[in-house]
Amino acid sequence: MKKELGIFSLLIVLCVVTASINPRFLSTTNLTNMANLIGLFGVFSIGLGLVIITGGIDLSVGSMFALCGVLLPIALTKWELAWPLAASLVIALPMALGWVHGVLITRMKMQPFIVTLCGLMIYRGAARFIANDSTLGFGAGKGFETLRSISSGKLLGVPMPFVILVVIGLIMWVLLHRSIYGRYLLAVGRNEEAARFSGINTRRVITGSYVIAGLLTGVSGIMLAFYTNSVSPSNYGNSYELYAIAAAVLGGCSLRGGEGSIIGIIIGTALLQVLQNLVNLLGIPSSLNFAVMGTVVLLGVMADQLLQRRAAAKLDAS
Amino acid sequence: MSTPPLLEMRGICKRFPGVVALDGVCLTVGQGEVLSLCGENGAGKSTLMKILGGVYQPEEGELLVDGKPVKINNVTDAIKLGIGFIHQELNVLENLDIAANVFLGREPLISPFKLINRKKIHADTVPLLKRLGLNLPTDKRLGELPIAQQQMVEIAKALSLNARILIMDEPTSSLTLTETDCLLDLIAELRKQGVSIIYISHRLGEVDRCSDRVEILRDGKNAGALTRAEINHDNIVSKMVGREIKCVYTPSGARVTHKFFKVRNVKSSRFPNQKVSFDAARGEILGFAGLVGAGRSEMMKAICGLDENGAAEVTLGDEALVIRKSADAIGHGIFLVPENRREEGLVTGMSVRENTTLPSLSTYSTAGLIQKGRETKVANEQIASLRIKTPHAETLVRNLSGGNQQKVVIGKWLAMGPKVLILDEPTRGIDVGAKAEIYKLMRELAASGAVILMISSDMEEVLHVSDRVAVMHEGQITGILDRADCSEKNVMQLAVGRSVSVSKPAFS
Repeated sequence: MKKELGIFSLLIVLCVVTASINPRFLSTTNLTNMANLIGLFGVFSIGLGLVIITGGIDLSVGSMFALCGVLLPIALTKWELAWPLAASLVIALPMALGWVHGVLITRMKMQPFIVTLCGLMIYRGAARFIANDSTLGFGAGKGFETLRSISSGKLLGVPMPFVILVVIGLIMWVLLHRSIYGRYLLAVGRNEEAARFSGINTRRVITGSYVIAGLLTGVSGIMLAFYTNSVSPSNYGNSYELYAIAAAVLGGCSLRGGEGSIIGIIIGTALLQVLQNLVNLLGIPSSLNFAVMGTVVLLGVMADQLLQRRAAAKLDAS
Repeated sequence: MSTPPLLEMRGICKRFPGVVALDGVCLTVGQGEVLSLCGENGAGKSTLMKILGGVYQPEEGELLVDGKPVKINNVTDAIKLGIGFIHQELNVLENLDIAANVFLGREPLISPFKLINRKKIHADTVPLLKRLGLNLPTDKRLGELPIAQQQMVEIAKALSLNARILIMDEPTSSLTLTETDCLLDLIAELRKQGVSIIYISHRLGEVDRCSDRVEILRDGKNAGALTRAEINHDNIVSKMVGREIKCVYTPSGARVTHKFFKVRNVKSSRFPNQKVSFDAARGEILGFAGLVGAGRSEMMKAICGLDENGAAEVTLGDEALVIRKSADAIGHGIFLVPENRREEGLVTGMSVRENTTLPSLSTYSTAGLIQKGRETKVANEQIASLRIKTPHAETLVRNLSGGNQQKVVIGKWLAMGPKVLILDEPTRGIDVGAKAEIYKLMRELAASGAVILMISSDMEEVLHVSDRVAVMHEGQITGILDRADCSEKNVMQLAVGRSVSVSKPAFS
């Protein structure tokens, strides 16, 4: 909880600084836009966070977006499927791929990095091939207005992606911090061998995390497709997995596994979005965008290391 | 006056917190002599050799090489004095070739870029391999060689450092019979070349075959020496045993149900060709003795469904069980307190509460959601009844002492009502007070109708606690001793693979 508090104060400080330099930060348009982006990025970051808690990684998220982004307009406008069916399809696909990743990792004992790196390349290629490498959109398609408003509309002035993030965040918080599965997830991430000796089916637990990550990727994928409204498969969703990894790590997940919280991941996501916003609002050249983000993640993790070392020294002394 | 022996150790003492590992041990090795070092588990053999190899420093005593006093402060010093150590666990890099392994850390370089002189290391390795009768290309990767040949490469490395004394710690424990034969031939050959060898092995047949002399340790003291003519099994065993065993066995008085837990044809991945069978009674503590590496832990893991390549037919009461995975064994009330509690027994980064409830979370949950209050209650019950010294149930297990960590492992199973509790080295690294508590606990549990199986390499503990003792050797049960026949001598005889007249078959 201490960790989350630390990063939350950093988030507040950044908000205050940005707002005081440029009051436009607090304008309704800016806040709405930022909430929208936090929602879009937060949902799949939670999924990746769960994978990271098992000690794994998923690099294929961005390419899965491309695949979902291509599939959704095709399903809705070309095949003219009913929107619930199309949405289920777009969510089921990354879930199935996540399951395949999980099986390869737990049964074939392949490394998560390699499995999902190959996924990254395969799905990107597949998406470009399916779309014939051309940009797809929803055009004048009809019959899926409900889906559009669920994904990119507003509820009481709050953008839907943010609402969905809050709902999913709550569900995932219960899952990770209150359910048996969540406890198993943390145990497996900390010490897979001891978990196995306690009778836990560690393979199923790990595979499950990749499936949940797939589910949340699918949900984000739909929201993202309606947010951008057009999908060019060659760079759509490119390197989004890196945003998620950065958010999870900032939020207290350890790549060694066994550590992390839902609140932390969401605050991490928010922090990254505020940073981007800050770059825009403060007139910093947008080419520096990534550099700023990288520096903050680096400093954040460094500060955490130092604090942990100090805590350990204090414990030894006592 | 005759020439001094190559190596002399005089009055070596070494203490660890709570134990005197070595107490005035003396040892001499002559040039070209093969000296075998024998003793039970924990007699002090490894500690003595680690002092010679520069890993430990003795508190008292002298070391003389060629009659001159020396100090061995670290491994480098030992190497400089010509002492080579072949460990039981090989120290080779499987990803590098033979020549690179032999010259690791002292590669000859070529100027001006300080690149490794590959030609030279390969050329220099050839005569070394020849000396060992090893016909292999020097650019073969170690990973492609069988263990026996990897070991030869380690010996080659030691010889290239001009080793005059080779320490071999259980060198044959993972070799096949033919490979063992080759190694023993090589030892004879090296001896002819004037290399001295200190040979540590639990296999008395090998000791008999290769040694010029045997030195026996017991409880960290010299327990006698045997000359070539005196070396035989009985002489060695009679000197290994006979330590003062202070403990007194108290009969349980519990009502026992014989043949309650029947185990047949256990196959483990370590001894895939052995089939082990035994019976255990409800209400008894069945001890499993044997020398380190006899396959006891592996057998228990196979019984508990923790060995993917293992198999076992298990009957509990009248019910034949199907155990394919760990959860099956746990579901039937068969629990294992593993040997490595930090790696296998506990998630040390989690709290006492979380560890206590980990295997039985569903009992503390409603609709998949954990009821923390119920968890805390059970954890506190275990903390109270086992007297676990912890500030509270939320303390991370990492911050507890070894004895209290072990109690947490036991507590998590007690909370689930064990029918069969298997404890693997339950008191290793635990202080005396906690030990007594754990023994008492095992006794109470047996009295309440559980089957207790205890693996222990500590002779005192085995004789102190067990109602019967099963002794294993090379993956098989060589005999089961009834209480009346449980003596150190009988256990030792069975542990080295001989038979004793009083032992019973494993099941009838």
